[in-house]
Amino acid sequence: MTNWHYTWGSILAVVVFSTAGDVLTSLAMKQSGDVGHLFHSNGLWATVKAVVGNATLWIGVAFMAMAFFALLFALSWSDVSLVAPASASLTFIANAIASKIFLREQVDRQRWLAAILVAAGVALVAR
Amino acid sequence: MVLFGAFGDVALSRGMKSVGALSLSQWTQVIHAIFTPWVGAGIILLLAFFIAYLSALSFADLTYVLPATAVGYILMAVLAKFFLHENISPWRWAGIALIALGVGFVTAGPAKTATARGVQDHPPPRVGSA
Repeated sequence: MTNWHYTWGSILAVVVFSTAGDVLTSLAMKQSGDVGHLFHSNGLWATVKAVVGNATLWIGVAFMAMAFFALLFALSWSDVSLVAPASASLTFIANAIASKIFLREQVDRQRWLAAILVAAGVALVAR
Repeated sequence: MVLFGAFGDVALSRGMKSVGALSLSQWTQVIHAIFTPWVGAGIILLLAFFIAYLSALSFADLTYVLPATAVGYILMAVLAKFFLHENISPWRWAGIALIALGVGFVTAGPAKTATARGVQDHPPPRVGSA
């Protein structure tokens, strides 16, 4: 096990955990609806209750917490300007796929193009 | 979101560098790391980021919000260079530029997927009397 294995192993863990976390929190917030509208019509308390009362949000947060600890390990083994863009941008690509499958978001040509550009950016950042 | 995210990550990195490399056999060290000032400040900043992030997700798609916030990497690279004195190679700058270009593409499109019921940007019905 080299430092390379530790670094990329922890980055992969960050990607898997945070994709699960992002998809679940996004699902929860889609269920809650626009918090701006909720706040204006129902007030702060009702808005907080609607968001915090959603169990899906907390399952998502649990995954994000696991991703966060994986990130701490990664940061202790490598530079932030490698670890943070690499893990988050790979997460973005995993999220584009997961959003299309699980959230049924319309991932159009512009969004795939953005995914490819970010992937290329990651490859360069990781050089 | 961009500001909280970038400053939070840089604070975390500074903290973890002073803690030193963690080993898997002594994984409990990571608990102690949380209570160091830089890591603690990083966590508070990232918490503020999370509230802004949840708000954005309530009115926009995940595939819109995530790339749109990638602007933070440009800010983070600048912070890492001047604050942590990390060396940013021309390749890394080129990568950061591509990420920025990707952000441009996604933000040019619509923020939310239209559903069978139409784009859900109507205010919810009022509760009680107006």
